[in-house]
Amino acid sequence: MNGETSALRLRGLTKRFDRLAVDALDLTVRGREFYALVGPNGAGKTTTLRMVAGLLRPDAGGVDIFGIDALKDPVAAKQMMAWVSDEPMIYDKLTPLEYLEFVAGLWGIEPKASQASAYELLASLGLEPHLNERCEGFSKGMRQKVALAGALVHDPRLIILDEPLTGLDALSARHVKGLLGDRVRAGCTVIMTTHILEVAERMADRIGVIAAGRLVAEGTLAELRQQNGHTDTSLEDLFIALVDTKAAA
Amino acid sequence: MIPSGASDLTFALDNRGNTGANVKSAPLAWFARHGRRLACREWLAMMTGGRRRRPRAAIIGLLIFAAVMHLPAWAVVGRFATLEAPLDKSSLIVLSATIFLAWALMLSQAIESVTRVFYARADLDLIMSSPARLPNVFSIRIASIAVSVTGMALLLSTPFVDVLAFNGGLRWFAAFGVVAAIGLSAAAFAIAITIVLFRLIGPARTRLTAQILAAVIGAGFVIALQIAAILSYGTLSRFAVLTSDAAAGIAPDAGSVVWWPARAVLGDTEALMLLLASSLVLLGLVMAAFSPRFADTAVTAAAHAASSRQGKSARSFRGGSRQQALRRKEFRLLRRDPWLMSQTLMQLLYLVPPAIFLWRSFSDNSAAIVLITPVIVMAAGQLAGGLAWLTISGEDAADLVATAPLPPSRVIRAKIEVVMMSIGAVFAPLVAALALVAPLQAVVTAGGILLGAASSTAIQLWFRVQARRSQFRRRQTSSRLATFAEAFSSIGWAGTAALALAVPPAAAISGAMTLAIIAATWKLSPTRD
Repeated sequence: MNGETSALRLRGLTKRFDRLAVDALDLTVRGREFYALVGPNGAGKTTTLRMVAGLLRPDAGGVDIFGIDALKDPVAAKQMMAWVSDEPMIYDKLTPLEYLEFVAGLWGIEPKASQASAYELLASLGLEPHLNERCEGFSKGMRQKVALAGALVHDPRLIILDEPLTGLDALSARHVKGLLGDRVRAGCTVIMTTHILEVAERMADRIGVIAAGRLVAEGTLAELRQQNGHTDTSLEDLFIALVDTKAAA
Repeated sequence: MIPSGASDLTFALDNRGNTGANVKSAPLAWFARHGRRLACREWLAMMTGGRRRRPRAAIIGLLIFAAVMHLPAWAVVGRFATLEAPLDKSSLIVLSATIFLAWALMLSQAIESVTRVFYARADLDLIMSSPARLPNVFSIRIASIAVSVTGMALLLSTPFVDVLAFNGGLRWFAAFGVVAAIGLSAAAFAIAITIVLFRLIGPARTRLTAQILAAVIGAGFVIALQIAAILSYGTLSRFAVLTSDAAAGIAPDAGSVVWWPARAVLGDTEALMLLLASSLVLLGLVMAAFSPRFADTAVTAAAHAASSRQGKSARSFRGGSRQQALRRKEFRLLRRDPWLMSQTLMQLLYLVPPAIFLWRSFSDNSAAIVLITPVIVMAAGQLAGGLAWLTISGEDAADLVATAPLPPSRVIRAKIEVVMMSIGAVFAPLVAALALVAPLQAVVTAGGILLGAASSTAIQLWFRVQARRSQFRRRQTSSRLATFAEAFSSIGWAGTAALALAVPPAAAISGAMTLAIIAATWKLSPTRD
C-alpha cells in the first residue's frame, strides 16, 4: 500500500439471498488504479459492487472508501463515488444535457463548472448532435454513454462500473475505454466488472478473479500467470483454469 | 410450440402482409387460441398482481367481490326492475342516456387498448417478421380487443342484471345481449377512430390525443349533462336535463332506431337481435377495412418510438440545493408525462361543473354550493395518488438517486413537496374563487384537499415499489390494498369535508373513520415490516 490510503477496502463482506452470494470477501483497490473484477455468471461481482455503491446492505463485513466507513457515513462516501450499471437507468423525457444538469445538482456541483464539463463529456462521447434530444429514442449504446457522462460529470475519485461496454459498438467502446484511461491517468480510481477478458487484460493494472463469492486470484496479468505456473498464456485460459479449479474444489 | 398446419411455413411476404403462392399460413383458429391464452394470462396477472401462485385466491376474491357488488347494484337499480315496455319518452331518454354512458366508457377503454397494441410493441416484431398473413393476424387482434372490452363490461354489469332479473323476471337477461352489442360496437369505433387519427395527425400526436380522448370521453358525457343542468335548471343533477320537457320535445318518436338499445334491455327480442346483428356487421366492416392498415400503422408507431423528440435548445445549468435539483427534475418529468396530462385534464373536467355552479351561485348564495367541496376534495385525493406514484415509485433512475450523496429521507421529502406543490397549483385558484363566495367553506375545502392529498401520498409512500414511469397503467395491480385504501381515504375526506359544512358533529365521526382506514392501511403496509 506504500502507506497510501486505499481507494476501496472490503473487510469480510458477506451477502446472502437464497444462497450465499458474497462470502466474507476481502479486497483492496489502491488509489489511481484500474481494477478489473472478472468471474463467471453468478459469481457475486455485481452484488459486491452494489454493496460498495450503497445499493445493497451487506449482511456482514465493512466497506471503506478512501478511509471513510461507507456503512457509517454513506453520504460522505457517495460524494466521492460514481456508479454505472450495465442497464443504463436514465430518464426518457430528459435530454442528455438536462440529465447531466440533474446529476450535477444532486452532487452539489457548481453550475458553471458542471456545464462546461457536461459539454466536454458529451462531445467526447460523440453525443454532441443529440444534446437537446430527449433520450426516449436513443439506442442502448447512446443511453449507456449518457449514463457514463452522468457518472463522470461530478468528477468522482472512484468510478464503479458494472459491464459498461455491454451494447456499445466498437467505436463507442473505444471512446469509453479512452475516457476511463484518461480518468485513471488524471488520478481517478476505476473498478470495473467485465466479461470481455481482452479489455481487462489490456486496460487493468490489476485483475481480481471472483468465483462463488470469494476472490480466487488477484494481481497483475504477469502475477496471475506466475501464480498459476503459466508464463505465456492468455487471461482467458487463466480464467478458465482458475474457475474450473474452483468449481472442482 | 409450432401450430398444427403451420409447421411447413416458408417465408415470403410483401409489405402488405400477403404471402406468396406456395406459402401456407398459420390457421386463423391457432392465432385465436394464442390470443385467448395471452388475454387469459394478462387478466390473471392483473387479478393476482403478477403473483403466479395466487390464481385460486384471486378467483375466490373475485367471487366475493361480485357477491358484495350485488348490494350497491340493488340500491341503484332494484326499484327499476318493474319497468316494462312501452315506456314514456322521459323514461326512454333516461334509459338510453344510461346505455350511451356505458357505451362511452367502453369506447374509452377500447381506445386505450388499441393505442397500447400499437405502441407497446410486445409481440408485434415477431408477428410482423413471421410469414403469417398480417390482415388475418390483425383481424384476430381486433376481435381480441372487442372480446376483452365486452367481457369486462359483461362482468361489471352482471350484479345489476342479476338484481333486475331477480326482481323483475328473466326478460332482464336480454340486457347482457345489449352489453355485448355495445361492447362490440365500441371496439369497432375505437379502432376506426385510432387509425383515422394516425392518418390525420400522425403517430406522435395520436398517442397523446388518444390518451386524452380515452380519459375524457366517458366523463365528458356526464359533465356535459351536468353543465347543461346547471345552466338551464340551476342544479348539478343531470337527470334534470334528461327528464325535462325540452328533451322530450326534441326526442324522436317511439318507433325510432334510437330507442333500440332501451327496448332491447326491456326484453324486446326483435330489437335485441337487430342491435346484435348491426354491431357484428359494424365490427366485421371495421376488421375488413382496417386490418390491412393495422400493420402499416404499427410500423409507423414503431418508427416514431425510435425517433427522438427535440427538446428545448441549450441554456445555462441552474444551481441550488440538491433537493432543488430533485424537485426541478420531478416537475420537468411531470410536465412531459402524457398520462398525467390526460389525467389532470380529466380531473379538471370534473371540476368544470362545480366551477360553473360556483359562478352561477355567486349572486344567490345557494346552500347547494356545499356540494362543490366533496367533489374538489375527492379530485385532489385521486390526483395526488397518481402524482405520488409517479414521483415516488416511478423513478426511472433509481440507482442514480440511491447512489447520490444525500440521505434517502431528503429524497423522499423533495418528492412529497413536488406532489403537494402540484396539488396546490391545480386547486388553489378554485379555493380562491370559493373564498370570495363562502370563506368558511373555502377554509374547509382547503383543509380537505390537504388531508386528502396527504393521505393518498402517504399510502403511495407506504406501498412504494421500484417501477418505471411507463408502468403507471399497471400501478393498481401492484397493490390492490393501496388502490382501495387510496379511493376510500379520498371518499372519506370528501365526505368529512361536506359534513363539516352541513352537520359538523357528524364530520368528527366521518373523520375518525377515515383516519382509522388510513391507520389500518399503514398497519398492513409492507414498509412497516
